[in-house]
Amino acid sequence: MSLAEYDEPLPGRQVALVDLLDRLLSGGVVVVGDIVLSIADIDLVRISLRALIVSVSSETSPGTVQDEQDEDAQEGNGRDR
Amino acid sequence: MSTEPGTLTYVYAVTRQTEHLTDVVSGLRGIDAAPVTLLADTSDAASDPLAFVVSPVSHRDFNETALKTHFEDLRWLENVARAHHDVVQAVAAAATVLPLRMATVYQDDTRARQALGGQRRTFTQRLAALEAHTEYGVKIYLPPPAASTAGEPSGEVGTAPPTTPGKAYLQRRRIQHHAREKVYEQAQLAAATIEAIAARFTSQRIRHAPQSGALSGPQENVLNDAYLIADEHAQQFRAAMTDAARDFPDIRIEVTGPWAPYSFAMAPADAPVPADGDERAERAP
Repeated sequence: MSLAEYDEPLPGRQVALVDLLDRLLSGGVVVVGDIVLSIADIDLVRISLRALIVSVSSETSPGTVQDEQDEDAQEGNGRDR
Repeated sequence: MSTEPGTLTYVYAVTRQTEHLTDVVSGLRGIDAAPVTLLADTSDAASDPLAFVVSPVSHRDFNETALKTHFEDLRWLENVARAHHDVVQAVAAAATVLPLRMATVYQDDTRARQALGGQRRTFTQRLAALEAHTEYGVKIYLPPPAASTAGEPSGEVGTAPPTTPGKAYLQRRRIQHHAREKVYEQAQLAAATIEAIAARFTSQRIRHAPQSGALSGPQENVLNDAYLIADEHAQQFRAAMTDAARDFPDIRIEVTGPWAPYSFAMAPADAPVPADGDERAERAP
């Protein structure tokens, strides 16, 4: 894929994709949705994706919010990293 | 409001439902230009109940298999990331917001609402902590090695002129090496300066891993911090960082933001890095 085009921010101060993905893929609250690629899977996908931004070895993974009332608790719905 | 067959409920953020925000959101379009709505926690007795910011997304694109494939597709990812971000920023401009990790999806609004209710205490606490705060990013870049060795034969480091090509080569290498060392020293000093400046305004810092992948630019990123700043200090903080950047002409200090508090959406105990202490391991070069 060609990456050069992502280096040039558009007029109107568009946020750099690298900074955006940095936040959207490692920040934000993690709640377990219904469409879970199973926790392990989604981590793998995200890790491969994160490799676009940082070297994998330097990455740490934030924890997952536990469901307080356990209503929707599923197997693996936690910080099973 | 309820999702039609063939759609799923995509969640952008948590916030509190107010009349004003309902107005703001009614004009918003999310992923695939779908209308954005507030999905309130109906069991929340507060006058401005917790709400998810949601829009319907197609099952075709957001089922597990499709999502896995899409996540490998940078173009698709960028579209979704920008749509997600635009919604979050628009809400953040009008209310305190807790952004969700990208691609949090529920079968329907009912399931999403259940999940919201299940996290009420956590979300309430975190929203309160983030009120009137904004995230800023501060990054340090080193120039590519060639650029920093421009004025090579200065005579400052070398002494007698070299007598053989081999010695000349070694001397050149030594000078280059010396110049690089100086850049690293500057960067370390700059990092300490940034830390000291930021400490005047906040104790909340997240140290992201430096960006070094295919998407990052040619310059070496050695520091990638996020700070949570009270809105009343934002201007001073930015001004102080701009001043600091001027003091370190050989490296590049970049301030990004204002951001919705993506890096601070999780309570400090859940976050990867504490705001203080000596977590140097986080700063892999």
